[in-house]
Amino acid sequence: MSVQALSGADVKATPQSPPLTAEHLKLVDRVAGWNILVGVLALSIGALLGVFQGLEHARVIDIYPWLQPVIKTYYQGLTLHGALNAVVWTTFFICGFFTFAFVRSLNRPLKYPKLSVIAFFVMLAGLIIAAVPMLMNNATVLYTFYPPLMADWAFYVGLTLLVVGSWIVGYSMYFTYYAWRKENPEVRAPFIALASTITMVLWQIATLGVAAEILFLILPNAFAPVFGYTAPGLDPLLSRTLFWWFGHPLVYFWLLPAYVSWYAMLPAQTNGKMFSEPLARLVFWLFLLFSTPVGFHHQYADPGIPEIWKYIHMLFTFGVGFPSLITAFTVVASLEIGARARGGKGYLRWIGRLNWGDPSYAAQNLAMILFIFGGIGGIINASYNVNMATHNTMWVPGHFHLTVGSASTLTFFGITYWLVPKLTNRKLFTPKLALAQAWTWFFGMLFFSNAYHTLGLVFSVPRRTMLGQAPYYSEQWNLQMMESVLGLAFLTISATLYFAIMLFTWILPRKLDKPIEMPVAQPLDPKPAPKWLDTWWPWLNGAIALVILSYGPMLFQLIRDAEFWSRGIRVW
Amino acid sequence: MSEQTHETEHAAESGGHSADPHGAAENHTEESALHIEKWEGIWIRIAVGMTVVFIVAITIAALSFGITVPGATARINPTTLNQEGNPFATPGVRELAPGKYEVYMVAQTWNFVPDRIEVPVGSEVTFYLTARDVIHGVKFAETNVNMMALPGQVSTLKATFDKPGTYNYICHEYCGYVAGAPIGHHTMYGQLIVLPANETAQATTE
Ligand code: HEM
Ligand SMILES: [Cu+2]
Ligand SMILES: [Cu+2]
Repeated sequence: MSVQALSGADVKATPQSPPLTAEHLKLVDRVAGWNILVGVLALSIGALLGVFQGLEHARVIDIYPWLQPVIKTYYQGLTLHGALNAVVWTTFFICGFFTFAFVRSLNRPLKYPKLSVIAFFVMLAGLIIAAVPMLMNNATVLYTFYPPLMADWAFYVGLTLLVVGSWIVGYSMYFTYYAWRKENPEVRAPFIALASTITMVLWQIATLGVAAEILFLILPNAFAPVFGYTAPGLDPLLSRTLFWWFGHPLVYFWLLPAYVSWYAMLPAQTNGKMFSEPLARLVFWLFLLFSTPVGFHHQYADPGIPEIWKYIHMLFTFGVGFPSLITAFTVVASLEIGARARGGKGYLRWIGRLNWGDPSYAAQNLAMILFIFGGIGGIINASYNVNMATHNTMWVPGHFHLTVGSASTLTFFGITYWLVPKLTNRKLFTPKLALAQAWTWFFGMLFFSNAYHTLGLVFSVPRRTMLGQAPYYSEQWNLQMMESVLGLAFLTISATLYFAIMLFTWILPRKLDKPIEMPVAQPLDPKPAPKWLDTWWPWLNGAIALVILSYGPMLFQLIRDAEFWSRGIRVW
Repeated sequence: MSEQTHETEHAAESGGHSADPHGAAENHTEESALHIEKWEGIWIRIAVGMTVVFIVAITIAALSFGITVPGATARINPTTLNQEGNPFATPGVRELAPGKYEVYMVAQTWNFVPDRIEVPVGSEVTFYLTARDVIHGVKFAETNVNMMALPGQVSTLKATFDKPGTYNYICHEYCGYVAGAPIGHHTMYGQLIVLPANETAQATTE
C-alpha cells in the first residue's frame, strides 16, 4: 500500500494498515445484519400503521376501536408510525449500512471493533426503553414531542440512548478513519468512507441540539413526578428551537446515505462510472456546512423569532438546496455513462437501457425520480412566505413521504436487495417480486403524496389530525381522498411484498451461487481530487462557525429571556 | 442483481487512487483546482442562477406585497391569561376604526376562544394569538394567515379579507385527545365570517 508521492524523507515512519481479514468482516457483517433486521421489523409495523392512518383519513374505515388493547387512539398510532419509520428504521438501517460499507471502502478493519457491538446494544436498549411507554399510551406526544406535551420519562431516556448509540457508531468510524489517515498520509480517502464519515459528523452536530433539549429542559420535568420534586417548568419556544436545530439536519442524515449509494454504488450497478468524483466530495462538504443553520425554516410560523433570523435561515436553506442540484446532474451523468456502455443511444432513449431488470437498481432509480418531486416541494416549503400556504397542512406529509418515505426508504430497499443476500448468503427471494415491490411503492407514493399535497395546498386540510372524526370534514376532499386510497392500495401491496421478500430471503435455504461484493463505482477521471476536498479542518470549522453565527445570537436571547411558565401536561 | 455489480471492486477502490498509472512523479505536481466538465459547469451556473432568482423573488414578495411571517411580538405568562387587564382575559373582535379590527384569540384544549368571528368585507384584521396549555396552530382556510400558538408567546399577523364567505380556522398542531372523548385536537376549529357589503352588520364586539 505504499502509494503515491511519498518523497524520500516521508517514507520512514508510516505505520502499515492492518489487513482486513475475513474474520473481522464477519463481525462487521453480523452487526450490520442485526441493525438491518431491527430496522426492517420497525418499518413493517410502521408501514401497517401508516395504512391505517390513510384509511381513517379517507373515512374508509376507522380501525382504532378494533385495535383497542394495543393501540388506544389514532394519535398513539401516529406517534409509533413517526418514531418507528422516521427514527428507528432509518437510524438502524443507516448505522448497519455505514458500518458495512465503511470498512470495505477504507479496506481497513475497525480500530475498535467492539464499539460497533456496544453501539448496537445501546441503540437496542434505547429502542426498547422508549417503546414501552409508547405502547402503553404513556408517550402519545408524536415523534416531535414538543413540550409542554410531557411523556413518561422512559420515552426520553430511550430516545437519548438510541441517539447515543448512533454516536458510538460515529466514534468507531472516526477512530478508524484517523488511524487509516496516519497510515496513509498522502492518499485521498476513498469516497464512500469519506462521505459516510461526513454524514456521521453532520449527525453529531445536529443531535447536539436535541440532546440539549432533552437533557436540560425536558428530563428535569419528566423526572419530577418520579422523584417527587417540583418540576422546574418549560419554555416551549426554547425547546422548539433546540429541536429544530436538530430537525433539519436530521433529514440530511436520512438522505445522505442514499446519496452515497447513488453516487458511488448505483453507477456500478448499471455499468457506469462516477462522473466527477471530486465534485461529489464537494457536495458532501457543502452539506456539512449548510445543513444545520437552516432550522428556522421549520419555525417560519412561530412567534418570538424576529423575521430577520427567519430570512437568514431561508438564505442558508437555498444554500443547502444547491448541492442537491449538483447531485441531480452528476448522478444522472454517471448513470448515462452506464446506459451508453450498455448500448443506449439518443438524447433520452438511453434511459431504457439502464439496468431496469435489477430490482436493486430499479428501486433506487425510482427513488430518485420521486425525489425530483420531493425536491421541488422542498424549495416551495423553504420559501419563507409561500410556506404560509402550506405550513402544517397535509402538503407536509405529502412532501416528506416523497423524501424520507421514498428517496431514502426506497433507496434503502434497493440497497437491501444486494446487501441482505450478501449478509445472509442467501438468494434474493425473488428478483421479480422485488421489482414488483419497487414499482408498487413508486406508484403508491406518487398517488398518495399527490393527493396529500393537493389537500394541503388547495383545501388547507391540517396534518396530524384524525380527519375522519373532524366536524369540518368536507365533501370537496373526496376526489383527493380517493386518489390517496389508490395510493394506499399500492403501498399495502408493496409493504407486504417487502416484508415477505426480506423474510423469505432470510429463512429459505437457498444458498448464493456466487459471492456478492459491494458495488463500487470507479471514477471516470482517475486523477485524484484536490487535497482541499480531502481536508477536514476548513469544512468542519466552517460548519461549527455557521452554527454559532446562525443560532448563537438567537439562542443567547432565548436562554437569557427564558421563562419557565409552562408545566408539562398529559393531554391524551 | 446483475453480474457486473458483483465483481470484487472494493479492493480497487481501497487505497484511493493507488492504481493510478501515471506514477508518483506526476502526482506530485497535483492541482488544487477542481476540474469541472463543460456541461457540468453550465449546469452549476444554472443552479446558482435559479437559487439567486428564487431568493430575489421571495425578498421582493416580502417587501412589496407585505406577505410576511409572524415575528417577535410580545410574551405573556400563560397562567395569567384570565387576570383582569390581560388583553386575553376578554378574547374577541374589537373595532379599532372603520374597516380596521383586531382579534385577540386564545387557543386551548380543545377550542379557540372566540370560535366565531364576523367582519365586514374589506376589513383589515390584526390577529393576536396565544396558547393557554400546549402548542396549537391555526390556519385560516384559503388565506395565508398561518401561525403557531405557543404558551408564553403572542403571535401576530395582519390580513385583509376581500371575499365574503365563511372561512374555517383549524388547529393544525397536535394538542391531544383522550380515547373515546367527544372532543379533541381534531374537533378544534372556528369560523371566520366575512360579511358582504350590504350586510355590514355589527361585528361582535366582545
Ligand atoms: C406504507 C407506507 C406508508 C403510509 C401508507 C404512510 C401514511 C402516513 C399517513 C396517513 C400519515 C399521517 C399524516 C397526518 O395525518 O399528518 C403519515 C405520517 C408520517 N409518516 Fe408515513 N406512511 C408510510 C410510510 C412512511 C415511511 C416509510 C416513513 C419514513 C421513513 C414515514 C414517515 C412518516 C412521518 C414522519 C409522519 C408524520 C408523523 C407525525 O406527524 O408526527 N411514513 N404517514
Ligand atoms: Cu427542513
Ligand atoms: Cu389545538
